[in-house]
This record gives sequence, C-alpha cells and structure tokens, in this order.
Amino acid sequence: MRKPRDIGAILNRRAFFRGTLAFGGGMLLSGMIPGLPGAQADTKGVFIPNAFIRIDRSGGITLIMRHAEMGQGIYTGIAMLIAEELEVDLEQVTLEAAPADPSRYTDSAAGEEVTGGSASTRDSWLPLRQAGAAARIMLVAAAASRWNVPPESCAAQHGQIIHVPTGRTLSYGDLAEEAALQKVPEKIILKDPSTFRLIGTSPQRLDTKPKSNGTAIFGMDVRVPGMKIGRIMASPIQRGRLISYDSVAARAIPGVVDIITLQDVIAVIGDHSWAAIKGLEAANPQWDSGPHAAVSTKTLMDDLRRASDRTGLVAKNTGDVDAALAACSHRIDAVYELPFLAHAALEPINTTLHIRPNGADVWVGTQVPVRARQEVANATGLPPEKIAIHNHVIGGGFGRRLDSGSIGQAARLAKQMPYPVKLFWTREEDIQQDQFRPFYYDRISAGLNKQGRIAAWKHRTTGSYVTARWAPEGLQNGLDTDTVDGAVETPYDIPVQRNESVQCEPEGLTTLWWRGVGPTHNVFVVESMMDELAHLAENDPLDFRRSMLGHSPRGLKVLNEAARKSGWGTPLPSGHGRGIALHYSFQTWAATVLEVQVTDDNAIRLVRADTAVDCGPVVFPDAVRAQIQGGLIFGLTMALYNEITVTNGRVDQSNFHDYRMMRINEAPDIRVHLVPDLSADIGGIGEVGTVAAAPALANAIFAATGHRLRKIPFLSQMAGKSA
Amino acid sequence: MKYFLLVFAVIMAISARSAQAQTDLIERGKTLFRAADCAACHLSSDGQTLSGGKAFPLPFGTVYAVNITPDRETGIGAYTDEQWLRMMRTGVDRNGRHLYPVMPYTSYTFLNDADTLAIKAYLFTLKPVQAKAPENRLPFPFNQRWVMTFWNWFNNPDRRMTTDPHRTPEWNRGAYLVEALGHCDQCHTPRNFMFGLSGKAYAGTVQVGWRAYNLTSDTEHGLGGWSDSELFEYLSTGYAPHRGPASGPMAEAIENSLRYLPAEDIRAMIVYLRSIPARPNGPQRGKRVPGASGENEDVGRHIFQQACMGCHLENGAGRQSDWGALKGAHSLSDPAATNIIGVLRTGTSIKTEHGKMAMPSFTKAYTPQELAAISEYVLGHFGGVKAQIEPDRFKN
Amino acid sequence: MITIRINNESHQLDVTDDMPLLWVLRDILGLTGTKYGCGVAQCGACTIHIDGIPTRACQLPVSLIGDRHITTIEAIGNTREGARIQAVWLQNQVIQCGYCQSGQIMAATALLRDNPNPTDDDIDDAMSGNICRCGTYVRIREAIHQAANNA
Repeated sequence: MRKPRDIGAILNRRAFFRGTLAFGGGMLLSGMIPGLPGAQADTKGVFIPNAFIRIDRSGGITLIMRHAEMGQGIYTGIAMLIAEELEVDLEQVTLEAAPADPSRYTDSAAGEEVTGGSASTRDSWLPLRQAGAAARIMLVAAAASRWNVPPESCAAQHGQIIHVPTGRTLSYGDLAEEAALQKVPEKIILKDPSTFRLIGTSPQRLDTKPKSNGTAIFGMDVRVPGMKIGRIMASPIQRGRLISYDSVAARAIPGVVDIITLQDVIAVIGDHSWAAIKGLEAANPQWDSGPHAAVSTKTLMDDLRRASDRTGLVAKNTGDVDAALAACSHRIDAVYELPFLAHAALEPINTTLHIRPNGADVWVGTQVPVRARQEVANATGLPPEKIAIHNHVIGGGFGRRLDSGSIGQAARLAKQMPYPVKLFWTREEDIQQDQFRPFYYDRISAGLNKQGRIAAWKHRTTGSYVTARWAPEGLQNGLDTDTVDGAVETPYDIPVQRNESVQCEPEGLTTLWWRGVGPTHNVFVVESMMDELAHLAENDPLDFRRSMLGHSPRGLKVLNEAARKSGWGTPLPSGHGRGIALHYSFQTWAATVLEVQVTDDNAIRLVRADTAVDCGPVVFPDAVRAQIQGGLIFGLTMALYNEITVTNGRVDQSNFHDYRMMRINEAPDIRVHLVPDLSADIGGIGEVGTVAAAPALANAIFAATGHRLRKIPFLSQMAGKSA
Repeated sequence: MKYFLLVFAVIMAISARSAQAQTDLIERGKTLFRAADCAACHLSSDGQTLSGGKAFPLPFGTVYAVNITPDRETGIGAYTDEQWLRMMRTGVDRNGRHLYPVMPYTSYTFLNDADTLAIKAYLFTLKPVQAKAPENRLPFPFNQRWVMTFWNWFNNPDRRMTTDPHRTPEWNRGAYLVEALGHCDQCHTPRNFMFGLSGKAYAGTVQVGWRAYNLTSDTEHGLGGWSDSELFEYLSTGYAPHRGPASGPMAEAIENSLRYLPAEDIRAMIVYLRSIPARPNGPQRGKRVPGASGENEDVGRHIFQQACMGCHLENGAGRQSDWGALKGAHSLSDPAATNIIGVLRTGTSIKTEHGKMAMPSFTKAYTPQELAAISEYVLGHFGGVKAQIEPDRFKN
Repeated sequence: MITIRINNESHQLDVTDDMPLLWVLRDILGLTGTKYGCGVAQCGACTIHIDGIPTRACQLPVSLIGDRHITTIEAIGNTREGARIQAVWLQNQVIQCGYCQSGQIMAATALLRDNPNPTDDDIDDAMSGNICRCGTYVRIREAIHQAANNA
C-alpha cells in the first residue's frame, strides 16, 4: 500500500490517473499500457516489439527514452531496466530520445509524457522491464521456431538466443525479422531480483562520455544548415508592451539580418549569436511598463501576509487543534518565510525551429515534449502531427523545462522567418524571465504534552498554486496538494493536527515548480519546528524525533543511520554545530545530519553532511548517491544565498554576480549511506537531496550559535546579526 | 545663358564653401565636445542620448545633470550664442539662474569663443529629446541659487586662457586640454570649505565616492613614477602595463572623451601634467603598509577564488585581458580602499577598441562582511597593504 | 580578417574585433563543446586554454588573441593531462547534466599540468571559478585527487 501521494503537483496528476491502471507481476499487455502496442515490422525487417525497443537486422539495438536526461542519469537507469529483461548488455545499446507522442510515450502514472517529480524510475520500474521481457520472449519464440525446438529449451543472454542443449546461438539481429512476426506475449513473468545482472549495479553512465569531450549536443548546441541565431528579450515587466526600438542602429551591427517582434517581445536575428546580442543592445527596446509597474517585493509580501490571515482549504484535520493547543503547557507560535527562487540551470532557455508552411522541426531540451509540440501547433496553426520535436539532453532542468511557454514564444517569432533559427535567452533573460519557485508564508503553532511530546500541531501555508496553472485537473477540491506536501504526512506521531492551505498568486510573476517541489518548502518548516520543539522540551533533537516515530520504522532506521555515521553527540570544536532533518518525500525516506562552523563574524562554513537514504529497491546506486550529493548542494545554495526580489515590477537579479551559486570551495564533504528496504515500493531520488538542506542547515546554525533562522536565505540574516 | 551659368557656379561654390565651413565647425565641435567630456555627466541612464538625469550626490545635497539636446523646452534649443557663452563662463543660465559648480564652468571659462560656440553648434545637430531633469534636492541655504554669486567671486576666474610664451606650443596645447576642456582639476584637485577648488592643484582627493589620484609630479604619490608611454597608454586605452586599469569615473572619462583624442593631444596633455609641481598627498603607490594579518583573510581569499579570479586570475595578472590586471593599480595602495569599494559596489565599465570591458556590482550576492574581506584580501595580497575595512562601507 | 590558431589549426575569420572567442568557436567554427553560461566570466562554462592558461572565452575578444594558441574541450584529450582528467571524470561518474563540465575539465587539466599533486586548497584556487548547478563538486574533488595519485 502506498502512502497518500505527496510528490508535488505533477503527482496530483499521478493521483488523478492512478487507479486507471493496475500493475502486477504478470499482466496482459495488449491495449493496457500506452506505449506498448503490438509488434510491428517495417519493410526493412526491423523488430519493433513496442515503443521502447528497436532491433534491426544488423543487430543494432536502440532503446527509446521517454524521459528527458537532464543530469539525473535517467537514460542509464531506464536502459538498465529494459536491458535487464531484454538480456542485452549496456554496451550493445544505442539510446534515442522519444518523439512527442502521447499514444506511445505517456507516463501512465503521471498522465502525460513528462519527466519530473522524481517519478521516472518509479513509473518505469514495472512497465519498462515488461517491455524488455516482452521483446525477449518474442525473440526466444522466433529462435525456437527457426530451430523447431521448444522455447523453454532456449535462453537469452548478451543479445543472443542460445539453444541450451546444443549450444547453438542466434543473434538478435539475425532474429529481428522473424521476431516481428511473433505474437505479443499476454503473460510476462519478470526476473527474480536475485538474478539481476544490471539492476543494483553502478555501470558507466551512457550519456557522459560525449559530455566529457564536448561532443554532446544540448539544445543550445544545435546547428541546422542555413540556420540563423536570434536573441530574445521580453518586456522586463509582465504585460508591458514593446513601444519602440532603434531598427537602424540594430541593423548597423555587422551580421544582423532581421528584427522580429511580438506585442511584448523583440528578437534580433543574426548570422551568429554575437550579432544578435549586440544588435539587441543597439535596438535599445523601450517598453511601456504595463499594469504591474508598482509591484515590489514589499507589495508582494504584504499581499501574502494578508492572505495568510484567512482560513485556508483544510488539507488535514484530526481532533480539535485549537483546544489541544490551549491545553499545552509549552507551545511555540512561529512564522516561516521562503523566497521566490530562480532555477538558474546552467543552460539558458533556447529553442531551434524550422517552421515551414506544411510542417515544422523543433530542436529543444524539454521535460514536456507533447506540451512543447502543442505550443508550436498553437503558434503556427500546424497540426501537431506535422511538428517533430527533437528532444536533446538538457543542461539542467530542476523543474524549469516543465514549462513550455518559452517554446511557444519562440514559435510565434520563428513562424515569421522562412529560415531555420535558433532563438536563445541570455543569462540575464533566463533569470529575469524565469517562472519562479513561489514564496511561502507559513504560520505554525505546536505544543507539547507533559511527557515532552507533540500534543497539537497547526500549520497554515500561504503561497501560489502552481498546479492551478499547470494542471488544473490535478487540484483536489480546489487544493493544490503540492503546497502541503511534506506538511500533512509528517514522519511523526502527532495526535491532533490541522493543516490549511491558502492560495495567493503574486502579481506580475509566474510561478513554477523547483527541485524538491512541495517538500523543499514544507520540510524546512516542519523539521525546523521539530528542532524548536526539541529545545523547548529540553531534549536532544535526535532523541526528540526518535520518540515519535512509532508509525515510521523506516524513518527511524534512516535517522539512526545518519546520526551514527555523522557521529551525532560526539564533541565538536567551538563554533561548530550539527543539525538534523528527517523526511519522507517522493516515496523515499531520508535523514541528513549537517555540520557547520559559524565564525565570530558570522561567516558560515559547511563542514560535512551525512545522508542516509531508503528509497526501496535501488536500480542505480551510484546515481542515487550523486543525486543526494547534488541535491543537497542545490538546496544549501538556496538556503544560504538565494532570493529573487522585485522593484517596480522588474526582477532585481540578473546573473551569477547577483544570484549566487555555491562553488567548490564552499561545498561540504557529503557522504551518502544507502540503507534500502528492498521489499518496499520503489522511491524517487532526484528531488530528495534538496529537501533536507534548509532545515538541516538552520538547525545546525542554531546548534552552533543559538540563532533560530525562520526565513530563507540565511547568509544575509546572519551577516545582519553581526553588524 | 553663359552669364547665368557662371553666376550659378559662383553661387554654388560659395554655398558649398559655407556648407563646408559649417560641416567643419560641427566636426570641430564634436571633437571639442568629446575633449570636454560633456557626456560624462549628461548621458542618459540608457547611454543613448544627452538628455541628462544623472544624479550627483554632493556633500550638500543632490544635483541632477540637465538635458543638453537641442529641445527648446527642456534642453538647450533656445540658447542664443551670447547666452551660451555666458552660461559656459559664469555659470548663469539663459533664465539668469545660477548653475551649481558641478557644471565645470570654472574650467570651461578658459575656452575661447570659437571653441565654446563650436560645441554648441555640434550639440544643435543632435536629435532633440524632451526630458526634464529631476529637481535638485538641496537643503537651505544651498537651494538658494543666488548664493552662488558670492561663491563665484571667490572661485570662478572667469577669464580666457592665454598662451604662455615661455612654454612650448605643446605645453600650451596640453594646458588648454587639461585645464579648460578636460577640466581634470574638477575631480583631481581637493576642494576647499566652499566646495571650490583649493590651492593644492591636482593633489588628488575623494569625490562622489571615488578617489581621484594625485596627478602631480610627485614620484611616490603622483605621476612622477610613470613613464610617458605608460601615461599615453593609460589615457588613450584605460590601461597601462603594471598600472592597472582605469575604473569608475576615470573609465568613463576615457570611454567618452580621452580615447577619441588624437595622439598628439594626449602627448600634449602629458607634457602639461609633467609640469604640475609635486605635492606629496594621498596614497603612496607601491608602499607596503605592514600590519596585523586580517582575520578575514580566508573569507576574502575564498570569495576572491569564486567571484574575482574568473577575470583577475589568482596572481592578479588579468585573465582574459589587460583590463582585468590588478597588479600595480594605484587603488591597491590606498589603505582606505576607496576605489576597490567603488568597483565592488557599483561595478565599472569601459569601452575599448576590443569591445566593452566590464565588472558588475557584487553587493546583491555578497554580504558587507564578505565584501570587506575581499577588499582586505586584495589590498593585502596584491598591494601589500594591511588594512581593516569596515563592512558598513558597503551599506547604503 | 583575423587569423587564430585553434587546436593546431589556423582559421581566417571575417569578424568584428570585439567578438568574443566563445561565439567564434560555437557559431563560426561549430566547436560547440565550449558553452555559454553567463557571458560575464562568472560561471566558467566557456573555459578554454590560451597558451595553456584557462581563460573564459565569453570575455575574450578575438582581436586580443594574436598568435597565442587556443585549445578547446574537443582537443584537450590529446594532451596527457586532459586525457587523464577525462578518464577520472568518467571513472568517478562526476558528470550529471554536463553543461558545465567542458569548463570544469579544462580548468582541472590546467591544474593537474601545473601541479601534479594539488591540495584541497589548490583545487579551490583552480576550480572555484567554475559553477556546477548540479552540485558535482564532491566528485570533482575526488576525481582530481585520483588523477594526481595515479599520474
């Protein structure tokens, strides 16, 4: 039984679609799993047992990737799932990005062709092993039929079928044509985990060699014959309009070939990026400021604070929380605040398009290829099936490429050009026109009983509903469950609890998910509050948590492991402190202990992190470690440094000199300890590392200094304290 | 018919000559306009027009640059030649109001009639932009423009420059460029209690948050240690080997003015600067100021590794270009770190023949403590100056 | 016309003096391994070698190069240290999204060449100008140490 869904708004859609499909050990394939249609052979005798595998006569084995590779290692993980059952080696396969095709590549749990919510491995764990097994069964049947022997006497290994009694072999390529004629098996028994060759190992990643020698082609690197390159700039204030620009000056820049505009966008097109960059500077576009020119961080915060006075939608209500709080002898009433955040993936937004009267090609890195295609269809009037989306490896997603709006913008510009064009945003545009992780304002009250355990817990969060824009059908009675993800289902035994959520949309900014999604927000509040309560109870933060994990044995396990590996409780030098945070997110349990040093003038140095993880069955252990390491740094960067602010409707930050990124000389030593429960449901990992960063850091700073930080980012506040 | 053609040809020739004269005048005006660096103050914030608006925070209030495009209403379009000469020399505008001496009329007063009017002729060829400058924000009594009358008695020489027969023509040319057009003293000469220029000509001072260095011939404090070729390169490109790049207002002066001057003009300026008597004042270049090692050395070094080395290189030699070379820069000898703080706070930028060289402001991402630590690190590591910089200097 | 030497090949370019090398590499010559990340020398994704010194191509006007020799990620594997760094990068599974890694590898190669046995401090000096948004720093450090030990 899975716990109630807790994995972000994408996964509201997961919840929405859950129940329409049943997964089991052996199951019927035909017509059941989108993406697994019956086998087909084209005229060249290529064996295409389903949407994920293509084997040609020469023995070429191509696996089609329906999830986008943006660094998380999913190409390798998914290839391992298919190859495990197909009985081929990773060295034998070639990978190819799936096209936009909802009939074949819908992630059935998510409800669309999407990569996000740490869902890719979870949603592929059964179906893509089945896809590999189905192909293997058909190859075995083809060999058995060729040799006229019973299929049971044949075995598949390393891309060959062996007739075990005689040792005869046939390669998959030899069998491609005949395999295509076999019936798609109705019943598939998957391998026993004890016989896994690939799953649970850490092979060389399949996407990284080209990334090590400059040959990987990101969207930004696409080059198409005859292509021009354009730089886009949109109104710096939402809904501002382009009123004028200096066409003469722009065209005087060598290499500028065109200037294309929309109501609120200008693009200068050149023979190369430099012409486009300089041309746009020379064009010096003037904007009218539109209706949001008075918006500032202060007005936005005032709106948010006011909204937080309202009673919200009730996400959980057990017992009479107000009465229970009133009865507590010790209680804390606190407000936690989280800022807007930019994704700041290192590859800026870009799209390459060739739009013709009768069709279009689009080269882009996207987490949502079908949405991307629809954007182009809407912009051009072309039927979607005439639009080919060529998906590329992505230079960092973190949620940013879940939105396809920039692709629509590019298409509206590109349809005015007869030639292929790469349209890109500068770093400045990428930061200022981002769709931001919402700010949140959380009111939380909790009280202790006489035993020093939590008796009552009341948490009201106020913030933007990303789901309402991105997937309104995923709202549950109007509630965006992402806003309470990690708050409603805490690891702890809390007898009386009420959770509320208030929607408050920021004027003039668009919001979007960001790595760690709901839990990155709520676990900061919950785990900081747990620390506050532990100190109120005059208890050790670790022991305090341990005493309330009756219904979370896996939580207790990871907590103990992280504590043990970190040396929790052992003496530290003066100025050092350890903070701990536990959470269950994306169906994975994780606990992090972070050690920091705070100097006399309140500089913060990250010393070391220990994270214990139980994500159920582990497909690719090294990728799990890498995601925890990277995710933690992603979260620590935010917690220390990051905040998007607005003045006169415009975003104040623009590049890495004012939107700070963690560097190698600030990164702590990070140790990841895997303690998987192999019998549990498989969990997600890409978002998990980020979640615990802020609370572990806040708790560690408290341990080192006695300063409780309830607002992100921390560094500027600590600096303020020493002034 | 023949007669008619002849008359026509004569008329054409005359008008062509006067058209040519007018073109020459405007071209000359443009050159003078650049040498006088009017753009330094009057360029709009987008850098596109001379419509003004730039704020000058002064000890006694804030003054804004006015619009000098030929717009009749908000600019200078209604000025007669006579009014123009009066304004440029006495600081009294068309409406009889006194200007504040941010406008360097105490320098422009040295310009001759022809040059002063040539600048006007050039400005009148620009596209008029309607843009009213913000009202100055000055407390009493500084908001009383009439007090400037008295100020001018003491501070405005109100005379034209005359040739010094004892000096070379080159020196005289240099004097005209430095004193009249370039108005270098407006930044580089310390001001007196009245905000007028003091007698310590070119001894260096701090103005609008930046240190303008000592330009006298003093070998330790001033330009005495610079070779002619170093000075030449610095003034015409914004960088000289082992002297560091120009930044802040000096970078603007080079970008808008000095880099357009002919080589002989730069050489003439150098000749004149060489003749300024030495005055030991201000930071001493290359002087190592020993002291306790800053507590922030590690913090400073770490931030330098992250945010600075990309352009300056770990040894300060400059990575991409010479404009990133810190070593030898005068700013590294200033224990007050005035200009280091200036570039970290506001950034700096200079256009060169190789494109724009720029450094952004770092105050949004780094804390005052961190920025103070970088300043201390840079001073200590590259300048040999141990100093303690107060983080408060990075606060607004 | 400007002539520059890249990866042991001479190229004649008809570009403006102020054009940064980054765009020459990517748009004129098709060497797209060198990445655009920030354009202001803050992220290091565009790091190339100029006479062996790691340099940000986004801030390097092509007219300032002269006859100095440029090496990009596409050819760094031809050097002993470059090949070594690429190998340890793969062995340690450093790379995630990979967008910054051309620059990281270029910076690490120069470090290893100049300092066969770098300390953590040396690594900080050489690598702190290169941002990795995926947070691969722990492994970059490990990989460089490994490269040093086995060099």
